[in-house]
Amino acid sequence: MSSVAETVTPGAKPGLVARIWRLVARHALTVYALLAVGYLMLPIAVVILFSFNHPTGRFNYVWNSFTLDNWVHWNAVLGIQGSVVTSLEVAALATVVATVLGTMIALAIVRHRFIGRSATNLLVFLPMSTPEIVMGSSLLTLFLNHGTIQLGFWTIFIAHVMFIVSFVVVTVKARLIGFDRHMEEAAMDLGANELVTFAKVTLPLIAPAMLAAALLGFALSIDDFVITYLNAGATQTFPIFVWGIARVAVPPQVNVVASAIFLVAIAIGLGNVMLQRRKPKGAP
Amino acid sequence: MGTFLHRHRGITPYLLLAPGILWLGLFFLWPMYYLGYESLQTGLFPDFHFSWAFSNYWDALSGYHTQLERSFVYAGIATVACFVLAYPLAYWIAFRAGPWRNLFLLFIVAPFFVTYLMRTLAWLNILADQGPVVGFLRDVHLLAPDGRLLATTFAVVSGITYNFFPFMALPLYVSLEQIDEGLLEAAKDLYASPTRAFLRVTLPLSAPGIVAGTLLTFIPAAGDFINAALLGTPNQTMIGNVIQAKFLQSLDYPTAASLSFILMGLILVFLLFYARAVGTEKLTG
Repeated sequence: MSSVAETVTPGAKPGLVARIWRLVARHALTVYALLAVGYLMLPIAVVILFSFNHPTGRFNYVWNSFTLDNWVHWNAVLGIQGSVVTSLEVAALATVVATVLGTMIALAIVRHRFIGRSATNLLVFLPMSTPEIVMGSSLLTLFLNHGTIQLGFWTIFIAHVMFIVSFVVVTVKARLIGFDRHMEEAAMDLGANELVTFAKVTLPLIAPAMLAAALLGFALSIDDFVITYLNAGATQTFPIFVWGIARVAVPPQVNVVASAIFLVAIAIGLGNVMLQRRKPKGAP
Repeated sequence: MGTFLHRHRGITPYLLLAPGILWLGLFFLWPMYYLGYESLQTGLFPDFHFSWAFSNYWDALSGYHTQLERSFVYAGIATVACFVLAYPLAYWIAFRAGPWRNLFLLFIVAPFFVTYLMRTLAWLNILADQGPVVGFLRDVHLLAPDGRLLATTFAVVSGITYNFFPFMALPLYVSLEQIDEGLLEAAKDLYASPTRAFLRVTLPLSAPGIVAGTLLTFIPAAGDFINAALLGTPNQTMIGNVIQAKFLQSLDYPTAASLSFILMGLILVFLLFYARAVGTEKLTG
């Protein structure tokens, strides 16, 4: 507070100390943000780097020399290819089913007032706030108490749909809430019935949200370990394969698969970022 | 069909809900009943029989309270660490990143694209005894010459912190991004110092993000067992490790089921306290 004039004039330049403080704060924060991103990227870089390693012993923990062999012979490890295929199949199937079921729930919750609406909200919220170990073990006790159900591909599928549905509901709901209903009303005024309106107007409008939800669901499914592990029986998805082999020795091929999954996902993400940057400002 | 729906508008929501709710009912709620049923059984594998054995709960609690307490302590520390690490980053992305916003958001979620087990195993490389981090810490005498990072509480808690960081950072970003910058201008016009404006305007307005982030981080962290299994020793065993081993290795289903229920119950208590503190609408959206 150097002078009265400075403190009372709106828009006056802040004092020197304040200016220096702001400068430091601004750049310190930027530096921190870059460091934090570095921290987030570090293990990813390690996973990718060690996919090019030629390990000396059985363990791939120490860097030895660069090789492309692991990428060329990615399926040279017994069981790795089968596990990747299973993971992709489960993820694809579970994502499709969960996206449809979740979108329907979201439509009901946002569009309709009905008895049991808050109970529905709660039921959707619960799986997201239950630890995976509890969901996985309770599902396992269900399957154990019904001897006819064999643990395997279909029990994994059932489990994945169950935990993905809630995430789909949340994602689609967020889009539906800020949604202009006039287009649908116009379609109805022009003589379209509910089903035609849904197919021609509503569906195209919520398609981007469904796609986002599906991508999220796919990522959740392909990455899930805990619930899958409890309900898989002898079937192996990729994370279960990694778990099994981590006890013995992690071959670099495992890093290859993880890196490949990461690169595909990040390519989709970057594509999305580019699309959003090309859009004019203010567009939804 | 279209006209049928038009005439019976009241049943449309139920038709939409039926398949999804049935799935959640059959494979989320109903299993909870079986978990309760299993937790009250006695006997040895494979001959369990139902006997209202509430003593299972007492036995499970007295046998594994150390692991339970440890789970909540680790989850608590990791949640606080996530908050402290994520808040400045989320703040920077919301207010300072400009055109780089979406790219940095992608950086935040990027760890999710690497298989959970693999990104945890990567910390084995990073924290390895021969690795650069341990070497540096030994050189500057922060670590004894034979000191390690792996197989310690530090390794497990930092593993959890890393793995659940995006769950904290994303909700924080969403709530910070929604803050009307006009309010911050107003605070400035009213001669609030930057610190005061932050404490009185920004921080309270980001409360929904703090609430969501805390829940999304704390709950999965408390049930986690991968970090303890891969980065720790039996001294860092969490309740998730015990439940998993009881179900799949020692085939002691009743104890495993009671422990699952105890974990779930403790988390519900935590949720209720949280709901009372912040209001239910914020929790269920």
